Amino acid sequence: MKRIFPILAALTAVFLAYATYRNLVLAPTDALQGDVYRIIYYHVPSAWTAFLLFFINFIASVQYLASAKPSRQAVAKWVVIAIGVVGVVATFLPQVQGQLKSIGMRPSAMTTTVIMIPLAYFLIGKWFSRERLDVLAVTSAEVGVVFCTIVLVTGPIWARPVWGIWWAPGDIRLTSTLVLWLIYVSYLLLRRFSSSAQTQMLAAALAVFGALDVPLVYFSIWFFRTQHPQPVIGGSGSMDPRMLQTLLISWLAFLCFALLVCWSRFRLELLKREVEELYALESLGSAAEVKASLPLQRSAR
Amino acid sequence: MTPPSASLWAVTLATLKKDIRLEWRSKDALNSMLFFSLLVVVIFAFSFDPLAEESRHIVGGLVWVAFLFAAVVALNQTWARELRNQVLDAYRVSPAPATALFLAKSIGNFIFVSVLEALMVPLFVIFYNLHVLGPAWQLIPLAVLGTWALVVNGTFFAAMSVRTRNRELMLPLLLFPISIPAVLGMVAGTTAVLTGDNPAHFYIVLLLTYDVVFTTASLALFETILHAE
Repeated sequence: MKRIFPILAALTAVFLAYATYRNLVLAPTDALQGDVYRIIYYHVPSAWTAFLLFFINFIASVQYLASAKPSRQAVAKWVVIAIGVVGVVATFLPQVQGQLKSIGMRPSAMTTTVIMIPLAYFLIGKWFSRERLDVLAVTSAEVGVVFCTIVLVTGPIWARPVWGIWWAPGDIRLTSTLVLWLIYVSYLLLRRFSSSAQTQMLAAALAVFGALDVPLVYFSIWFFRTQHPQPVIGGSGSMDPRMLQTLLISWLAFLCFALLVCWSRFRLELLKREVEELYALESLGSAAEVKASLPLQRSAR
Repeated sequence: MTPPSASLWAVTLATLKKDIRLEWRSKDALNSMLFFSLLVVVIFAFSFDPLAEESRHIVGGLVWVAFLFAAVVALNQTWARELRNQVLDAYRVSPAPATALFLAKSIGNFIFVSVLEALMVPLFVIFYNLHVLGPAWQLIPLAVLGTWALVVNGTFFAAMSVRTRNRELMLPLLLFPISIPAVLGMVAGTTAVLTGDNPAHFYIVLLLTYDVVFTTASLALFETILHAE
């Protein structure tokens, strides 16, 4: 870890620099908006990264809650499989396809999203032990909030010259992103203010509530029309192929950066817990036995 | 031993009766909620001083903001009351189903907040000179579903926040973000009925969905929260 990290960090920095060069110099200027549009190369990749991280947080939280009891784990497994199957079948029904098109979403994009749920659930469950699921949840929530903040800051900067207003109240995408951000800030506050033994369970429950809330927010502002540009991937929006390429490269660079930060934060959290555990056990007066029995010791180094 | 279904209702009823009797004798939550929302009404009336036509557009928001803040007062007392004399720990070790405790607390809070609303609505009518232009009966399902939405999540998050360091402060921080769709439904629905501009059916369906989703989630997760160690 110690040796690879600086190398990866340097590579990510180079990649980000290249992405910035493409964003600001190589990408063509927009015919209608001029140079102001270039902010999407920061706005959209941050949004995708933030949503991905919140998704990981949700999956890790569900896994954590499920892993408390074997019976619950079995139920959760079948529920997730059912969601995957029903979701994929549903996207092939003509009525659902019509509905999706009317809200500007391509059915194939929906299918991919639905398949992601069981896939991520089983992969995360396989790779992370119970203790680490919670560490993953904290990490992804924290980094996700940072990226979501970038989205909420860059959005108005772009909207002011293009729409003429900083913020469109009642807009479906803006409001649901803001609510998502609020939920995850409250999630981090809960983690900060609750005593250490119960935090993990409480936080996991809150993450599930938050995930249930987001579709409802989306549904609640259904009546309002969106001003936000349609999505270019999996939606009905369109874009110059050169711009799209730049956007995807920019996203990859952001993703590398986010993963690097997550990795570092993950390790930090593991070490922090190990130190706390050591202190706790030391105060019990059995320091000699402690060293042999630490579960995280080897891996964190 | 009684069968689980019977004991669920027995425990729910017993806890509910106890809570109502406690509240009836002390009137702690109700008095503080009433005075609090009275203050909100008066302060809003001073700061806006609206005409009858304007007030129809803003009262939906004011009413629910007042009730939301007042409900937090009652919700905070729900579990704080059980911390004295370690009652909550006794609940935890008792074989009584955790969901019964949650249901009793939610129904109790629902009753308290409903009483508050029934007492406060006439005041709003007087202070803001209200005439309802839409179908007034729709305000009843909106109020019932909206109150349950606040109370069911509020009771759940109060059980969470009672475990944190800054108990009273934590509840609104957890409750308000999650309640945003419900608050939007209540406010927009009430405004729709008051002004008579558009139908409120959509908002009733929205609140109903919200209630079903979060009641299920709370009942499913409450045991985990109660026993979280």
